[in-house]
Amino acid sequence: MARDPSTLRYAETHEWVDVQEEGGDKFATIGISAFAVEQLNDLVYMDLPEVGRELEIGEEFGEVESVKAVSPLYSPVAGEVVAVHSDLPDNLDNLNDDAFDFGWILKVKLSADLPDSLMDFAAYQKQCSEAG
Amino acid sequence: MTTSSTNDPVENPSTPADCLQTPLDAWHREAGAKMVPFAGYSMPIQYEGIVAEHQACRNSAALFDVSHMGRLRFDGDHAAEFLDHMLTRRVTDMVPGQVRYGMVCNAEGGVLDDVLVSFLQTPSERRFHLLVVNASNREKILKWFEPHLADFPTVTMSDRTELTAMIAVQGPMAIEVCKKLFTIDPSRLKNYSAFITDQFAKPVIVSRTGYTGEDGLELIVRAEEAQRVWENVLLAGREAGFKPAGLGARDTLRMEAGMPLYGHELDETIDPITAGLKFGCNLKDRHFIGDQALQAVVDQGRTRCRIGLLPTGKRPAREGCAVLTADGETIGKVTSGGPSPTLGVPIAMATIDAKHAKDASFQIDIRGKTTEALPTKLPFYKRPVAAS
Repeated sequence: MARDPSTLRYAETHEWVDVQEEGGDKFATIGISAFAVEQLNDLVYMDLPEVGRELEIGEEFGEVESVKAVSPLYSPVAGEVVAVHSDLPDNLDNLNDDAFDFGWILKVKLSADLPDSLMDFAAYQKQCSEAG
Repeated sequence: MTTSSTNDPVENPSTPADCLQTPLDAWHREAGAKMVPFAGYSMPIQYEGIVAEHQACRNSAALFDVSHMGRLRFDGDHAAEFLDHMLTRRVTDMVPGQVRYGMVCNAEGGVLDDVLVSFLQTPSERRFHLLVVNASNREKILKWFEPHLADFPTVTMSDRTELTAMIAVQGPMAIEVCKKLFTIDPSRLKNYSAFITDQFAKPVIVSRTGYTGEDGLELIVRAEEAQRVWENVLLAGREAGFKPAGLGARDTLRMEAGMPLYGHELDETIDPITAGLKFGCNLKDRHFIGDQALQAVVDQGRTRCRIGLLPTGKRPAREGCAVLTADGETIGKVTSGGPSPTLGVPIAMATIDAKHAKDASFQIDIRGKTTEALPTKLPFYKRPVAAS
């Protein structure tokens, strides 16, 4: 089932977060927004973290690179990396059309609640329109 | 995620008050270009995307607004002698219609700028020299020339930059499409030559020069004619797939062509010989500022040199990354690097200790991770020679 961008939470640094409960634990799937992909334009490289790594809120977990620029990726949540989308770095072009489904980057088992700083879709859209 | 890189200013700022605008500024904004401050000008970095614009240039043609580059005109008796004294390249034997690449050096041989000098003749047979300098160096070169001009009282220098615009039309289709746009057919021009012609009775300086590795033209027109000429070329090239291209594609194109960019491969701490630009220096039977320093480098050999590198893997090396020997000894750094849209792999240019110039392999430290890199001959990309 396709992810609905309007139901996700967003970090100021353009990562999206989708939280699901599985077996009593909370997991967050993380990617970067369609707006961010469009802004970056011409993606050429992505660096993913190792499975098992513990991430803090705001910690840099990898980078995405366009023809022109390198952009760090920051974790919007705290927890352990339980999966990474290893097919993504070789198929970055697909991010242009599918930032929210194929474009998932990693899955984190949450060790803390989501930070209050995460925005809902409306607030994030407002940030993007001001940036554009 | 935050977008950042060594030379990426904030995108789409409202034009800072101290930013100059080229005569095509309104056109760029109308076309949806991302504008960035660059060398004191507000310039388009890209329209639809760097890769698409890069490919348009390699496959058809791309138009670049390069009006930010400085255009200095020299008139009067002995203008050739003056420029000959200031440039690494011989100017005194140029005939009307010739264009040459050279450098302006200080007495120590450090590069103050790399330039194109043209010797031009108007339809009324007035002759003058035109120097195209880098935007970021225009003020510096004007200041550098002034005291030396005092020794040449018959020579006048005038800065034509803001009175004119400069448009580069680069790509395999450029000449074919531009054939019908000017009174004189530009296909008659040899590489590195120029003439003054007109479009609808308005003068245009047309040069067969460029900074992309492709065949093409550079046009200089009066500022008020810029938009008309730009739109005429785009319209004439519409079916051929001409596109406007920004500074982003200009950088990836020149990098593939192995061409130096001032502030990256060239600056005041490096001499032309070290930078691999000996072809732009005429040392025999003439004197110019910096000649002894350059001769000393030739006589004693370079201590550093510029090389091309192909990092293995997908991760591009960027400017500033350290270059190491296969054994891990740091010997230099990357001066320009990024993905090559034409080759589909990362490419990099680096300045390294000359004693390692012939090493079979290197390493590049890309933000804390070392990657193997293989040396390669410059340029990375050479345009296919058209069967004629």
